[in-house]
Amino acid sequence: MKNDSRGLTWFSYICMSVFALLCILPFILLISASFTDQDTILAQGYSFIPHKFSTDAYQYLFDRGSDIGRAYAISIFVTVVGTLGSIVLTTLLAYPLSRSVTPHRNLIMFLIFFTMLFNGGLVPTYLVFTQIFHLKNTLLALIVPGLLMNGFYVMMMRTFFQTTVPPALIESAQIDGAGEFRTLWKVVIPLSTPVMATIGLFSCIMYWNDWQLGMIYITNPKLFSIQNLLNRIMQDIQFINTNMTSQSSEATQNMPTDSVKMAIAVIGVLPIMIAYPFFQKYFIRGIMVGAVKG
Amino acid sequence: MAHVATVPEVGNGTNRKKQNKYRRYWALLVMMVPGLLYLLFNNYLPMLGIVIAFKKINFAKGILGSDWVGFDNFTYLFKTSDAYIITRNTILYNLLFIIVGTVLALATAIMLNEIKHRRLLKGMQSIIALPHLISMVIVGYLVFAFLSPDTGFMNKTVLPWLGIDDWISWYSEPKYWPYILTFVNFWKNTGYSSIVFFAALLGIDDEYYEAARLDGASRLQQIFKITLPILMPTIILMTLLSVGRIFYSDFGLFYQVPMASGALFDTTSTIDTYVFRGLMGSGDIGMSTAAGVYQSVVGFVLVILANYTVRRLSKENALF
Repeated sequence: MKNDSRGLTWFSYICMSVFALLCILPFILLISASFTDQDTILAQGYSFIPHKFSTDAYQYLFDRGSDIGRAYAISIFVTVVGTLGSIVLTTLLAYPLSRSVTPHRNLIMFLIFFTMLFNGGLVPTYLVFTQIFHLKNTLLALIVPGLLMNGFYVMMMRTFFQTTVPPALIESAQIDGAGEFRTLWKVVIPLSTPVMATIGLFSCIMYWNDWQLGMIYITNPKLFSIQNLLNRIMQDIQFINTNMTSQSSEATQNMPTDSVKMAIAVIGVLPIMIAYPFFQKYFIRGIMVGAVKG
Repeated sequence: MAHVATVPEVGNGTNRKKQNKYRRYWALLVMMVPGLLYLLFNNYLPMLGIVIAFKKINFAKGILGSDWVGFDNFTYLFKTSDAYIITRNTILYNLLFIIVGTVLALATAIMLNEIKHRRLLKGMQSIIALPHLISMVIVGYLVFAFLSPDTGFMNKTVLPWLGIDDWISWYSEPKYWPYILTFVNFWKNTGYSSIVFFAALLGIDDEYYEAARLDGASRLQQIFKITLPILMPTIILMTLLSVGRIFYSDFGLFYQVPMASGALFDTTSTIDTYVFRGLMGSGDIGMSTAAGVYQSVVGFVLVILANYTVRRLSKENALF
C-alpha cells in the first residue's frame, strides 16, 4: 500500500515537472534567440543557448525606439483607461442589481444574461462602431468595442455584493441619511475589494493582450498598440515568406533581422513577465473564483 | 428587503406605489444608465444589424438603403465548399479540445493534488497557468521560433537530430496543422482548466479518503472511486458549457498561430476566421455576415440545448 502511494506521488512529481518545463521552454527559446548574433542564427537557427551572445537586437530597437515607445505608451493608456472604465461601468450596473428594491431588476438581469447567449457577430458590430460612432482610427476603438463591460463580470460582481455585503449594513447607512451613491462608495465598495481586484486584474490582462480591436479598427500605424505592432511585423514576415521568389534586396534590408523579431516579442511580454510574480496569487485565485459558477 | 412586501392593491393604488418606487429609488436607476447604454450600443444594436445578412450591401446607398436579397447570401455561402470546411473544422477541433482537453486537465489536477509541499504546489500552479496569460500574438512568435522554415528550432535542430535532411515548410503544409494547433491549444489552456478542476478537488472532504484507506483502497482506486465521481458534476457542467460553444472558435489560435497563411486554409480556417476575412476585404461581406448569423443562431440553439440537458441532469448546475 505504501509503495503504491509513493509510486503515484513520484509519477505526479515527474509529470508535473515535465509539464512546467514545457510551459517555460518556449519563452527561454524566445529570450535566447533575441540575444543571439545574427550570423549564428542564420547558420544554426534559433536555439536554447545563445552560441554567440549579442545585444545587437536590443541596440537596434533602442536606436529606432520611437515606434516601440509610442506603441508602449498606447498600450499602457488603453490598459489603464479601459480597466478603470470597465470597473466603474460594471460596479454601477452590478450594485443596483444586487438590491432587491431596484425596479425592473429581473428584466435587466435578463437583458444582460441574453447578451451572454446571443450576439450580432463581428460584421454588424463593426458597422455600428464605424458607421454610427466613427471610431475607426481613434484610441477609443481600442477601448470601447466589446471589452469595456461583459455580462459575466456583472453577474459575478452582483453575486459578490449579494453574498458579502449584509443588507442590514446598507439599510443602516441609509437610515443615517446616506444616499445610494454614498452607500455604494462608503459601504459596499470598501467591503468588495477582492472582487474588484479580480475583475480589474482580468480586465487589465485583457486590454494589454488585445490585438483584435487594433487589427479591425486601426489602420494608422501611429495608433498601434504593442500587440498590433508585433502583429504587423509578423504579417510582414509572412509576406516575405510567401513571396520568397520575388525577395528583393530592398524588402529584406528594411526587415528586422531574425534576432530583432524575437527581441520585439520579448519586449512585448516583458511587463507581464515582470509583474507576474506579484499578481500570480490573485490570478490563480481569480481562476478558482470563476470556477465556482460558469 | 422590507420594502418589497407589496400588499396587493387595486387600480390607482398600484400605480401610485410604482411611482413612489421610482421616486424613491431613482438613484439606483440612474446608476445603471451608463451600463445599459453600453449594452444597447455594444450588444443590442449589432443584433439588429443581422438584417445585413439579408441585404446586398452597397455602401453608396447605405446599410438601410441597400437592396433586400432574402436568403441569397446564405444560398451562396452554402453552395461554396467553404461552408463545409469551416463548419467541419470548427466542430472537429472543438470536439477534440473538449474531450482530450478535459482528460488532460483532470489528470493534471489530480497530479497537482499529489504535490504536498505547499510552496512547490503554488509555484507549479503559477507556472502552468502562465501560458494562459500570454496574448496569441506572442504565442504566434513562440511557435514561429520553432517552426520558422529557415531559422526555426524544428528545421535547424530537431529534424537533423532525427536524421531527417529535408527541411519542412511548416507554414505551407496543411497536413501538420491539426497537430500543431491541438498542441498549442493544450499548451495554452490545460494549466488554466486544471486549476478550475483543482479548485473543485480541494473541496472534497478528507474523511472519504481516510475511510477508503482504512478499507485498504489503493491510491488509484481512491482516484477512480472517490475523486472522479465527486468531480463528475463539475466535469459534466464544464463539458456541456463547452458543447454549447462548439460553434465558436478561439479566433487568435486559428488566425494568429498559422500566421493567417492562405495555404493552410483547409485545416486552419474556422467560422470566426472566415467572418473576419470577409470583413477585412479578402472575402464577400454579405456571405461573411451570413456566416456570422449562421454561427450566432446555431450557437444559440446549442447553448439552449446544452442548458436544457444540464437542467435535466442536475437543476442547481444549470445556467438558467
